[in-house]
Amino acid sequence: MSAETRRPEDRGPSGARRPGPSEALIRTGLPSAEDLERVRPSAERLTHGAVAVLECFQRIPCDPCASSCHHGAIAAFADINDLPSMDAERCNGCGLCVARCPGLAIFIVDEHHAPGEALIKLAYEFLPLPARDQVVTALDRAGREVGQARVVRVQRPKEKTDTPVVWITVPKDLAWTVRHIKVEVSHGA
Amino acid sequence: MKSVEIAVVGAGPAGLSATLAAAGQGASVALIERDEHLGGQLVKQTHKFFGSARQEAGTRGVVIARRLGQAVREQAGIDLRLATTVLGYYSDKVLYLEEPDRLAKLQAERAIFATGASERMLIFGNNDRPGVYGAGAVQTLMNVHGVMPGRRVLMIGAGNIGLIVSYQLLQAGVQVAAIVEAAPRIGGYLVHAAKVRRAGVPILTGHTVKEAVGEEAVEAAVIWRLDEQWRPVPGTEERVDCDVICLATGLSPLGELMWQAGCRMAYVPELGGHVPWHDDDLRTSHEDIYVAGDASGVEEASAAMVEGRIAGLAAARSLGHDRDVEEKLGEARRELAALRAGPTGEKIRRGLESLRQGGDGR
Ligand SMILES: Cc1cc2nc3c(=O)[nH]c(=O)nc-3n(C[C@H](O)[C@H](O)[C@H](O)COP(=O)(O)OP(=O)(O)OC[C@H]3O[C@@H](n4cnc5c(N)ncnc54)[C@H](O)[C@@H]3O)c2cc1C
Ligand code: SF4
Ligand code: SF4
Repeated sequence: MSAETRRPEDRGPSGARRPGPSEALIRTGLPSAEDLERVRPSAERLTHGAVAVLECFQRIPCDPCASSCHHGAIAAFADINDLPSMDAERCNGCGLCVARCPGLAIFIVDEHHAPGEALIKLAYEFLPLPARDQVVTALDRAGREVGQARVVRVQRPKEKTDTPVVWITVPKDLAWTVRHIKVEVSHGA
Repeated sequence: MKSVEIAVVGAGPAGLSATLAAAGQGASVALIERDEHLGGQLVKQTHKFFGSARQEAGTRGVVIARRLGQAVREQAGIDLRLATTVLGYYSDKVLYLEEPDRLAKLQAERAIFATGASERMLIFGNNDRPGVYGAGAVQTLMNVHGVMPGRRVLMIGAGNIGLIVSYQLLQAGVQVAAIVEAAPRIGGYLVHAAKVRRAGVPILTGHTVKEAVGEEAVEAAVIWRLDEQWRPVPGTEERVDCDVICLATGLSPLGELMWQAGCRMAYVPELGGHVPWHDDDLRTSHEDIYVAGDASGVEEASAAMVEGRIAGLAAARSLGHDRDVEEKLGEARRELAALRAGPTGEKIRRGLESLRQGGDGR
């Protein structure tokens, strides 16, 4: 895209240019491959373990991700409408920002959690919460069932109104596909 | 007749913030709310809000309502009147109030109308069947009274309200069959859209509802596609089983009291309909009347809170109160401008521009 054809939302933090959301995303709510490529940490960084992936593609008046990161990995916003700007080198994958993002748009991905297995930390605001070691259905961004995930940890917030974060492991090739889980509600008698 | 310096009508985020700002300047304030509780729309908002830390970003609406409400209750000099509806504003600066068991009058040097907005109805076949709800009603049933509105909902409208209420329905264990949106694009924030999509809800842009099906109550809806000129395309009808059709098709500012008080009103589509002309201090064409929040143009709670602060400070200043009032006004104006600076604020900016061009209002 040439500079002339860029939309006004193309401006990222402190004027840095980053394309706005794709037409497909605006029409369907599903990010395109190009949208996703833009927020994917470098292959080099991925070899160093857990890192935050900010699936936030549209300029909206919102900035808690920046203030929640104590490692300076998400730059402070010059304009509250900026897209978040991520320095993956400074991110240690702690996941603090995951629970703080009102858009539930941040995921932690560790491609090298175990041989052939990736770890994903995601915000989960549904009941019941899964239990540790429970096997749950793994869903993609369109809510399609794409496999199974094992729950390795459930971070329950101190305040009832805060967001729980669920850690799951999935086969490595699903690290960039799985973004939600379905926890079976036991139906009793 | 009792009198106060400033009467604030409506205890949503705008009215609560206006009350706190005016009382903070030392003005005597009456806050009048027709509901039995404080908070307006916020009491139904169980999701986290956007904005910056200053506007409580990342905090759920209901928590913001609780905090603001508590601050109002703790602040001295506020005459709080719940379950009281303002019926009219008359010359001599007198408000007529309907209290639970009597009518009353209140004299106020300045009035701030923070009455919010009302939901728009949509015209389609059988839209009077039980099971056709406004999104506000669904939220009230679900989040205030803990009652499930139905088992399977078809949501109409992919603005923030349609997206968020769909998410809240899913959280309550209600199925959402689909979200139907007439426009070719999703109007709400894409992060909200992503949340409902990954929970399995399709968003059908370029579609609308043709009719509700069911004799006694809604059993299904027929939806159809719209072409580029927004005309329905015959032959694209599709039946969607559902027992609730939920309308999230927009809000109109509640301006009746300001019409009646003689404020100059202007029709500005970008602001949601008829709004009172107002200046940067949120003062209307009537020099004793201010407006704030959705009543001045449908926007967001974050903006409503800042507008409330501005109206409260400006009204207090007009009565001679001054506790660093200029500085506080300047700060609030800068916050409001920052909130509206991005692409999602463009519509509001355009709306305010055309409102201002409508003359000086006097
Ligand atoms: C589903 C949904 C999700 C939302 N999500 C967000 C979000 O994430 N972030 C955000 O910033 N905003 C959000 N909003 C918008 C936000 O809730 C509103 O913009 C905000 O509440 C407007 O505040 P207000 O004070 O102007 O009006 P309201 O909150 O509507 O309050 C108006 C009050 O005035 C009272 N009133 C009206 N007429 C009279 C009368 N004659 N006498 C006495 N009292 C009267 C009403 O009872 C009401 O309590 C959302 C709204 C909805 C519906
Ligand atoms: S995961 Fe931790 S270090 Fe990385 S961006 Fe989020 S808060 Fe910062
Ligand atoms: S907090 Fe979340 S939604 Fe808000 S800007 Fe950051 S990543 Fe985007």
